[in-house]
Amino acid sequence: MKVAIRKNHWYDYLWIWSIVYFTLGFFNILFAWLGLIDFILPLIFAIVGGNKWFCNHMCGRGQLFWMLGRNLKCSRQKQAPKWISSKWFRYGFLAFFMTMFGTMIFQTYLVFSGAGSLRKVVKLFWTFKVPWKWAYNGSVFPDWVAQFGFGFYSLMLTSTLIGLIVMVLYKERTWCAFCPMGTMTQGICKLKANDKLEDK
Amino acid sequence: MKKAINDKNRCVACGLCSTQCSRQAIDIYRGCYAVVDSKKCVGCGLCEKACPAGSIKICEGEDTGI
Ligand code: SF4
Ligand code: SF4
Ligand code: SF4
Repeated sequence: MKVAIRKNHWYDYLWIWSIVYFTLGFFNILFAWLGLIDFILPLIFAIVGGNKWFCNHMCGRGQLFWMLGRNLKCSRQKQAPKWISSKWFRYGFLAFFMTMFGTMIFQTYLVFSGAGSLRKVVKLFWTFKVPWKWAYNGSVFPDWVAQFGFGFYSLMLTSTLIGLIVMVLYKERTWCAFCPMGTMTQGICKLKANDKLEDK
Repeated sequence: MKKAINDKNRCVACGLCSTQCSRQAIDIYRGCYAVVDSKKCVGCGLCEKACPAGSIKICEGEDTGI
C-alpha cells in the first residue's frame, strides 16, 4: 500500500508568527493591530468558503501550543474534562469573549470621543492591570488607535495564557476545544452546511 | 479491525486529527466535523491521542469488508 508522506508547507511555520506578534507588541503596541488578521481571516474562510481551513492549517496559535506541548513535551497530554468541549461551555465562553471584546471597543470609543484618556496598561484575564508604558510613546495616530492596541493585545495575550495553562494541564491543543474563534467559525460552517442541504 | 470513530456532536472541527493521521484518512466535512475514511484508517490511534475534545476514538469495529 502506498503511503503518502505529508510534505511541510509554508503555513506549517505560522507558529513563528505568534511569537513575532507578541514580541512586536511588547515593543510597540501599534503592532497589536496586526492581530486582526487572525480574527478576520478565519471568518472569511468560514463565511466565504464554508470551511475551517484557517484552524485546520494555518493557525499560528494552535501550532504554537502543539510545538510546545508535543515537541517540547510541556504538556501532560491528559484528556480535558468533558465540560470543556461541551456546547454550553463553548458557546458560553464565546458569548463572554464577545462581551469583553465589545467592552474593549467601547473603551476605545471613549478615548476616541474624548470622554476617556489613553491608559497604557495591558489587562490580563480581564482583571489584572499590568503597566505597559514602554510600548507607546506617541505616534502620528490619534490616541484611540493606541487604546485599541492595548485592549486588543490584552485580549490576545490573555487567551494565549489560558491556552498555555490548559496545554500544560491537559492535551496540547485543549484551547482549540473552546477557542472563541474556533467555535464561531464552526458555528458559521454548520449554518452554511445546513443551508446547502436544504437547497437540495 | 480497529478503526477511528468520531463523535460528530463533540467534534470542534479543529482538524488536528487530520494533520496527525499519516494515512490521510481524515477530512473535515465543511468545517463542521471530522470524517474518517474507514477504508484508509489503520487504527493506529494517532488521531485519538491528539484530539483535544476527546471526540475521536478507536473502536473495535466489525469488519464490514468495505
Ligand atoms: S480553534 Fe482557535 S486556536 Fe485552535 S486552530 Fe482554530 S483559531 Fe486557532
Ligand atoms: S487511527 Fe490512525 S489511520 Fe485511523 S484515522 Fe486515526 S490517525 Fe488515521
Ligand atoms: S482532533 Fe478531535 S475535535 Fe479536532 S477535528 Fe479531529 S475529531 Fe474533531
